[in-house]
Amino acid sequence: MSSLPADYLEYPLRRHGMDHDRYDWTQLHQRRGVAWPGGARIALWITVALEWFPLDMKGQPFKPPGAMQTAYPDLRHYTLRDYGNRVGIYRVMQALQRHGIRASAAVNAAVAARYPSLLRDVREAGWEVIAKGLDMDHLHHGALPVEEERALIARTLEILRPAAGGAVRGWLSPAKSESHATPDLVAEAGLDYLCDWVNDDMPYAMRTVTGALGNTPAHYQQAPGHGSPAGVQPGRGLVAMPHPIDLDDHTILVQNHHTEDDFRNALTDQFDLLYREATPADGRIMAIALHPWVIGQPYRIGALEEALAHIMRHRGVWAATGAEIVDAWKAQQA
Amino acid sequence: MKRDPGFYDHLPWPRRPVIRWPGGARVAFWVAPNIEFYELNPPRNPSRAPWARPAPDVLNYSYRDYGNRAGFWRMFESMQRCGMRGSVSLNVAMCQHHPEIIRECAAAGWEFYSHGTYNTRYLMNMTEAQERAVIQDSIDTIRDHTGQRLDGWLAPALTYTERTLDLVAEMGLSYVCDLFHDDQPGPVKVRQGTLASIPYSLEMNDTIVYNVNLVSPRRYGDILKRQFDRLYAEGEHSGTVMCIPLHPYLIGLPYRLAAFEEALSYITSHEGVWLATGREIAQHFNTHHHAAFAAAAEPIGDAP
Repeated sequence: MSSLPADYLEYPLRRHGMDHDRYDWTQLHQRRGVAWPGGARIALWITVALEWFPLDMKGQPFKPPGAMQTAYPDLRHYTLRDYGNRVGIYRVMQALQRHGIRASAAVNAAVAARYPSLLRDVREAGWEVIAKGLDMDHLHHGALPVEEERALIARTLEILRPAAGGAVRGWLSPAKSESHATPDLVAEAGLDYLCDWVNDDMPYAMRTVTGALGNTPAHYQQAPGHGSPAGVQPGRGLVAMPHPIDLDDHTILVQNHHTEDDFRNALTDQFDLLYREATPADGRIMAIALHPWVIGQPYRIGALEEALAHIMRHRGVWAATGAEIVDAWKAQQA
Repeated sequence: MKRDPGFYDHLPWPRRPVIRWPGGARVAFWVAPNIEFYELNPPRNPSRAPWARPAPDVLNYSYRDYGNRAGFWRMFESMQRCGMRGSVSLNVAMCQHHPEIIRECAAAGWEFYSHGTYNTRYLMNMTEAQERAVIQDSIDTIRDHTGQRLDGWLAPALTYTERTLDLVAEMGLSYVCDLFHDDQPGPVKVRQGTLASIPYSLEMNDTIVYNVNLVSPRRYGDILKRQFDRLYAEGEHSGTVMCIPLHPYLIGLPYRLAAFEEALSYITSHEGVWLATGREIAQHFNTHHHAAFAAAAEPIGDAP
């Protein structure tokens, strides 16, 4: 029989608010409202994942959604994912262009390196490029040494920045998996916003540190008054953006096995409620996460088209990129 | 191990040569029944266990055997009523085990292509000589029992070595159904020979639909119609391919048949649909479009 140490019943972080200092505790309905440009009630933010799942992927420390499944070589899953980058993405682009919607493409650096013409199409469509790590087999996770993660982020941005045709300002980790230091390293690399956390409907401020980060959560998870570890200074901070896991084609259609009509209804019901909840002085964000290898299949794309037709029929919808939303939000923070 | 199989270059959907199907059809439509034999006690491949349960897995074995005893005939008659020929994805040992089924398909003018010897003999870990023997067995068995030349390939249970597609092309086959990256045929880069990838959609495959995505029969019918509607609409500009891959042990269950037949009837009653076989689509593509597609494709850059 094992036994627990005496300090198992000590609660050093038992206090008002969060059990860490990464961000403050606030409630959505008590915040000062944000007014979107043009008096819009809803900022429509669509992110489209452009992903590459290597044939030899190791799936460590876990298999991300969409990983290879069968014995090597798993041509079945490799090619079905790659379908998104050559066929599915263009159905998504067409569906958005019909309404003049520009998306934020969340791009694995490997996609930019492998398919330069796809990134050209993304730029020509006026889409924003946000970084989605190196590829779907390079996950950020708690056991990743800080120096390795710093190098991984640098390598990713070194490839994506020239491909983006402008600054890369947003970060989405592959599979939304982070280490304790990911927000710090992403901010340190000069990015402005992070899309991994799913705890809000609106942007919020995230605290970061910079310097000689250790491999423990100590640099942000600490009891009040303990100060920072040696060599660590406050960082430039990040904006956490409400990039969803539930309003996501993979979650609804693949994981939950819901129908195309269910997916369309999820989008339109989400929109209808946010639209009622919002006012020009207190806007909301309607965020949709898409994967072209899922929604870009012939039998599924109609669900997105129908939902967008419903949303764009309304007045006061501002279709924007993540960076545009971040800028509008930031300008109104005291 | 390779990071990229290297079988195709990048060819974005909007920047391709236009495909023209015979008769100006928008969609080349084909149905691919997988007529399979699973062994009760197959030898073990270290990469994959044949059955989910310890041998004898009576439930899973008999679940599949149902297809040959009962389901096939129901599926066959449904297709006959819609005037749809099948392109049989054949475990060639079926020619010895159940020649009655093979004769019926041959008499109806169906194509036979290879799905390996048994669906319980996997290609992983085979030597090149063993793999060549499997392909040669398919060529010989299909020729001897049906008189047909073997042109197409879908690896047994979707199992491979890195060289499978190279060997298939080298031994004279002209198409494979093993790549799921597209809604049009495309060139496959192989060491020798001319090989096309013909779309064989896993999303439309009754095994995936029923046993992975867990949908109901009427919903399967709805999915088939939605898939067709989109490919038909897009086919106005350049020909597309729609495939329905089937398994008699799944689609041949009485409660699943009506919804399938309704969708099949919906598709086959449209104007501008080429009711084809895999071989016919491959021949047309290889003759008229293969070279142009290969020339239009962009090289894939090195991944970091």
